Amino acid sequence: MSYRDEKIKILGPRILLIILLNILAFMLIVARLYYLQIFEADKYRTMSDENRISTRFLVPPRGTIYDRNGEIIAKNEQDFQALLIMEQTPDAQKTLDDFKRLIELSPQEEQRISADIKKHRRFIPIKLKSNLNWNEVSKIMLHAPDLPGIEINEGLSRKYPFAELYAHVLGYVGPVAEKDKKDSPIYMVPGFKIGKSGLEKSLDYKLQGQGGTVKLEVNAYGRVMKEIERNSGSIGDSIQITIDTRLQKAAYQAFGDNSGAAVVIDVHSGEILALVSTPSFDPNLFTNGISYRNWNDLLNNERTPLINKAVSGQYSPGSTFKIVVALAALEAGVIDAKTRYYCSGGMDIGGTRFHCWRHFGHGPQNVVEALKNSCDIFFYETALRVGIDKIHDMALRLGLGQQFDIGLDNQKSGLIPSQQWKKNAKDAAWTKGDSANAGIGQGYVLITPLHLATMLARVVNGGYAVEPTLIKKAANKTVKNKFLNISQRSLNLVKQGMYEVVNAVGGTAARAKFNINGMQMGGKTGTTQVRRISMKERKAGIIRDEQLPWKLRNHALFIGFTPIDEPRYAVAVVVEHGSSGSGVAAPIASKILQKALELDI
Amino acid sequence: MRYSSLENQSESLYSKFLRLNISYILLIILLAIIGTLTLYSAANGSWEPWAVRHISRFVLALGLMLGLALIDARKYYKYAYAFYFITLVMLVLVEVSGHIGMGAQRWINLGFFKLQPSELMKIGMVLFMARYFSSMTIQGIRSIRGIIIPVVMALLPVGLIFLEPDLGTAIMLLLTAAIMLFTVGVQWWKFVLVGILAVVALPIGWNFLHEYQQNRVLTFLDPERDPLGAGYHIIQSKIAFGSGGLFGKGFLHGTQTHLNFLPEKHTDFIFTMFSEEFGMIGGLFLLFINLLVLLMGYFFAFRTRNYFAKLVIIGLNTNYFLYIFINIAMVMGLLPVVGVPLPLISYGGTVMFSIMASFGIILCMAVSNINADNFNED
Repeated sequence: MSYRDEKIKILGPRILLIILLNILAFMLIVARLYYLQIFEADKYRTMSDENRISTRFLVPPRGTIYDRNGEIIAKNEQDFQALLIMEQTPDAQKTLDDFKRLIELSPQEEQRISADIKKHRRFIPIKLKSNLNWNEVSKIMLHAPDLPGIEINEGLSRKYPFAELYAHVLGYVGPVAEKDKKDSPIYMVPGFKIGKSGLEKSLDYKLQGQGGTVKLEVNAYGRVMKEIERNSGSIGDSIQITIDTRLQKAAYQAFGDNSGAAVVIDVHSGEILALVSTPSFDPNLFTNGISYRNWNDLLNNERTPLINKAVSGQYSPGSTFKIVVALAALEAGVIDAKTRYYCSGGMDIGGTRFHCWRHFGHGPQNVVEALKNSCDIFFYETALRVGIDKIHDMALRLGLGQQFDIGLDNQKSGLIPSQQWKKNAKDAAWTKGDSANAGIGQGYVLITPLHLATMLARVVNGGYAVEPTLIKKAANKTVKNKFLNISQRSLNLVKQGMYEVVNAVGGTAARAKFNINGMQMGGKTGTTQVRRISMKERKAGIIRDEQLPWKLRNHALFIGFTPIDEPRYAVAVVVEHGSSGSGVAAPIASKILQKALELDI
Repeated sequence: MRYSSLENQSESLYSKFLRLNISYILLIILLAIIGTLTLYSAANGSWEPWAVRHISRFVLALGLMLGLALIDARKYYKYAYAFYFITLVMLVLVEVSGHIGMGAQRWINLGFFKLQPSELMKIGMVLFMARYFSSMTIQGIRSIRGIIIPVVMALLPVGLIFLEPDLGTAIMLLLTAAIMLFTVGVQWWKFVLVGILAVVALPIGWNFLHEYQQNRVLTFLDPERDPLGAGYHIIQSKIAFGSGGLFGKGFLHGTQTHLNFLPEKHTDFIFTMFSEEFGMIGGLFLLFINLLVLLMGYFFAFRTRNYFAKLVIIGLNTNYFLYIFINIAMVMGLLPVVGVPLPLISYGGTVMFSIMASFGIILCMAVSNINADNFNED
């Protein structure tokens, strides 16, 4: 039966072929195993780690800020936040809706949340609401099983215990805005705050510290299985500033409802003991993102609470500038203690009639009398004789027209004009009228309250170029201040003038004088016109500045120091639209200096 | 007489048991133990819920295997057609009840056991083919007319199973039939012709696929197409393989599996899990054991002189080979994910019993008819 033989015979080679096919198939699998597990192993090992390792960033506590006495003026407070981790919820929208039923969210917050959800990867926690109170936290905890992906996070939030008192010095922190984004991933962490103004901004890097990371093993649903590695980072550096909170408070309160600024300086060290700008605001409002309404209120307030007037408010110095003019003239030898000019109430300069503030004039005046009475005619004459360039040089030596390294980055330089300056800036020649105006601190001259305080400190400390400082230096670091090479005779004459301003009968600030255990104040008033009272207004019966609308009233200035013999404190006070330096600014300065003496800082 | 067709009727079950190939059985037990331990790891180091049931099922299935191995080999020949047709009827029943009920249905509920006719058909069709070609002349095999019946008898269940829909089983059945046709001597050119026709018909057949099946094929061709959906499985599986490296992450330490990145780790993707924990070394070992099982099967086929036995062994061995190859190739991203488990390792009762049954039949064929060329000689 050959057909059967043939049938059997054909099986053998075909079975061998099938075996070969099986072996080839197994070799294909082995090749694939080699490719995946050896050749591409590194790639897949990385992908496997990316799968299972979730890196979270730890925000280090921000550095504490102390005042000169160690009082905490900026700290971190515990704060409960509700976070949503997208990858841990099957239905983010539903979870969010359930959450909203428990905790009310404002339309702005909802907007921010949906923007964050779009922006961030699914494993990055999204902040739903911060500053939760205990009641809200327990509500969320109670409903935790129905709120997958929602976590309560114990965070730290910036707190300023003295609120508006330090708003302009410390500034505030706020959420990272798009323009602040840096490469560092910590900027992406929800709830991370950066300094937005003041020292918080300029010292942001120091205060931030080093961000830490924690590597967590997570499963496919994002649940954390264990911690693999933790790098805690380091907390931000603490900073001590030179301000004394008690004096700061006194200065702030001395302003009452007035809008303005005051700077108190230790005349020997240059340390700023108080720096206030009023009205102020509560920087705590900014920590978690200020509400639209609050922001608008601050922005549209005509008294500009957001601006630090002490360093960025530029004003004409008015009669306070007479100190500079007198020193320039005395040092140039143009005048001496005996030089007298006759004040008849007015004089013609370059074809224009220049008035003294006192309509009937002061009669013959020497430099001390002219300072005491704030006689304008004397200083017109003096300025014309000494010339603007010498005044300019003296102003610069006394610290005007520049910015100081105090750690606040919104300082203004002011303006101290010179002939060259006018040529460059206005393309016009310097006139006698310009000199006369500069002689009484009007016209082009601009200063900030910080400038005035520094200038006065340099005059009353015996002519040393103290630099104002706001950050407390290590105790062993004493700065030796450069001598300005101004004769003690000149300085004493000016000091004498300032003594009489306050303490002599008829001095312009006589009402502000005090005597605490023999310690008295010297100073100089200044009133600068914002706008002349027009003829029309005079006819309408407005003859006094106080009757004008607030915005148009004169600025009131006063610089003062104490004690007279061995001065320790210098203060500069500017009251915006305060009408009268003697009536409004001097009493504020007087209160501040009395407090400084009482505290004996 | 050369063609002695009768086996020794008086041989006791015990002596037949002693003649069973013990190394073959030991290899099968080894595979089941590996499967049990892998399932223990899949449950994060717990016997529950899979490992303990897997091993107890295996013990039952081992009994089934030995029972089938000890049956008189001529019974398989005798009831081959009957078995095939009963299974075919059950397939039709499943298909009909599936239409009456809702959605896909693959099993008949016997109360204690859910019977999948498609699994029975893997054996039924092999028996049918083996018997059919046993009584066919070489001329008949080489003629078109001679293979019409087996081709139709193969395509009928393939079509029914495809409609269930169970693409994986349908393909396995189709390939098993093709290999058997090839083994008995159907000419090369007929396969080439059918191949060409298949390529031409592919676009038409595409429309018959369910959307999820189409997606599986498309996703296989480009896993990145749907990285969070269907492609997720295969991407995660490749990551598990690759990160296992040469030596693996260690027993119970596969992160992809234990952190649930790998889906279906206890069923279709169990080889992935094994390879993540034991690396390429482990994978090679498991492949080697399986290759040994296959080669021993082919050795049995060569050794027996009985035509029917040879064909049954080739058919069932091919079925086992296809399980292993399709499963491993699909979890490694070489084939689309068609839902074929890895026998003895993957968790699941149906494949356990069907594969153990086919091992039983192979054992039976291997020892019972060494001296008999054909059963229908008498």
